[in-house]
Amino acid sequence: MTTLVGPDLFDCRDAFASTLQDLAQRDDRVVVVCSDSVGSSKLVDFKKRFPHRLVNVGIAEQTLIGVAAGLANGGKRPIVSAASCFLTARGLEQIKVDLAYSHAKVVVCGMSPGVAYGELGPTHHSIEDVAWLRAIDNLAVVVPADPKETEQALRAALLHDGPVFIRVSRMPVPSVYADGYQFVLGKSFRVTEGSDVTIIANGTMLARAVEAATLLRGRGVGCRVVSMPTVAPLDLAEVRAAAEETGAIVTVEEHSVRGGLGGAVAEAVVCQHPVPMRILGFPGFLPTGSATWLLEYSGLTAAGIAAAVDDVLQHK
Amino acid sequence: MTLAGRSLPVGRIDPSLPLEERVRLLGEAARAIRRRDLEMVRSAALGHIGGDFSSADIVATLLLAVLNIDPSRPSLDDRDRFVMSKGHSSGVLYATLAAAGFFDPAWLDGYMEPLSPLNGHPDRKKVPGVEANTGPLGHGLPIAVGIAIAGKMDGSNRRTLCLVGDGELQEGSNWEAMMAAGHRGLDKLTVIVDRNGYQQGAPTEETSRLEPIAEKVRAFGWAAAEVDGHDHASLLGLFEKLPVIAGRPTFVIAHTHKGYPVSFMQDRVEWHHKVPTTEQVRAALQELA
Ligand SMILES: Cc1ncc(C[n+]2csc(CCOP(=O)(O)OP(=O)(O)O)c2C)c(N)n1
Repeated sequence: MTTLVGPDLFDCRDAFASTLQDLAQRDDRVVVVCSDSVGSSKLVDFKKRFPHRLVNVGIAEQTLIGVAAGLANGGKRPIVSAASCFLTARGLEQIKVDLAYSHAKVVVCGMSPGVAYGELGPTHHSIEDVAWLRAIDNLAVVVPADPKETEQALRAALLHDGPVFIRVSRMPVPSVYADGYQFVLGKSFRVTEGSDVTIIANGTMLARAVEAATLLRGRGVGCRVVSMPTVAPLDLAEVRAAAEETGAIVTVEEHSVRGGLGGAVAEAVVCQHPVPMRILGFPGFLPTGSATWLLEYSGLTAAGIAAAVDDVLQHK
Repeated sequence: MTLAGRSLPVGRIDPSLPLEERVRLLGEAARAIRRRDLEMVRSAALGHIGGDFSSADIVATLLLAVLNIDPSRPSLDDRDRFVMSKGHSSGVLYATLAAAGFFDPAWLDGYMEPLSPLNGHPDRKKVPGVEANTGPLGHGLPIAVGIAIAGKMDGSNRRTLCLVGDGELQEGSNWEAMMAAGHRGLDKLTVIVDRNGYQQGAPTEETSRLEPIAEKVRAFGWAAAEVDGHDHASLLGLFEKLPVIAGRPTFVIAHTHKGYPVSFMQDRVEWHHKVPTTEQVRAALQELA
């Protein structure tokens, strides 16, 4: 196995911030574009080191994306960073038209997605972003699970020929991948083997999926865990293999149950090899409460995932 | 920790009282609201104290002494509308709504707790007196324009007042809506900007310059007025004279200070959303005594 769920917890924004400085050091064309989000994107050090390569457009997310598209046109390699909820919702048409349709090489980083801003309420929960963005053609959508994957996704995004959206978690997560792990855009990664059922997860839910598999193994259920950091384009071959070889699939993500990773996998399963599925995530607008509390409340725990596996196995 | 921040005078201020008395009562209420807000932010360990305190006098004046509203009947058709566009200042909004009598002040104890009606940003489905769900900046002003258009269609006398942040004005939606309101001559609409000079991470003028605001809004067909946003008498005087120019919406530039009047918070950018320590709460409560 090449994974370990380590004991320490990390804020993936730290990996994002240090990688950004390294990328800027190596390539003069790299610029960061933000919208009064210097603190919330952890850009304070970047600003000190590269003051002229940080473009703060003010609180204006549509302009944020438009300006990034223009910077790319002008020969720069823009990396956009702001809270995912505002960035993706307010800037959606600009992401579609100015970036994806126009094939602008811009990396868009959505900070503190999912329910990271728990207590601040549904306006600040970003649980629809993956659904919105994966519907857009020619836009890669990546949901890293830990600091290592966040760093590698950012490096890969800059090399990619086209726009990329990366969801950068703020919620503390354990490191999930061992040292040799290499993220490849569009590829999934088999974390544990098993033949009874497959759990497909990404982002903050991957560590919980691995935990659930351990619980299930103790009860004699062989659980394959697939890490699916890239939601678009989806690794169709791995989804097909999961359906054919294990005959049941549970997806889990820190996102709405409508249209995210679960939706993407379901589309692939239905068209390739229909098997029973369960889609775990948030059913709709959530109450207020801390991020940790909201995950418990919504059953997005190892025990909740294991219960969904038990349920889907009844229908196999 | 003392509970000195907890007491809140409840009830609206009788408009028939002499001006001096109304001003005295507003001063007391605004101090109590700030104290209560401080306790809320301390116990939630979250909140936006800087912008709460810059807005407190404006919100208190409107909700307690100016608007034609009935807290026991929050859905009356012809009530004046108050749209709090800078929804991150929910702490001051909730404390003031409770002080006006819209709901039991005991609710304030649960600010941002699991399942509380008092989210970090206001939800009109849960909280009486909240007209619009805000939080993402740049929503309130367009909604206020819609409310004012509906009022005009119906020949209603109700007024619509909307409070925006100054950093918030960087969102383009505000200027789109201002164009529409100027075009339609919505003179029962008033927008107040809490001109504390700061946004989340820096002064507005160092981030994306807003000035000259008055000239800009006049060019959009609005009347502009300036006021000391911490002076209750001036605020009352201005709100009694609306609209400033017949046939035009009014844009009030309310000069304020972030964190006002707490000495160690005032005009300090980090107090945008910093949470005070127990010691700092004690010191601030003393200053607000
Ligand atoms: C669309 C959107 N972008 C970003 C934010 C994050 N944010 C919350 S408050 C704030 C600063 C607001 O500044 P200002 O309007 O001046 O408010 P005040 O200083 O009065 O608190 C920002 C950027 C948001 N709430 N909405």
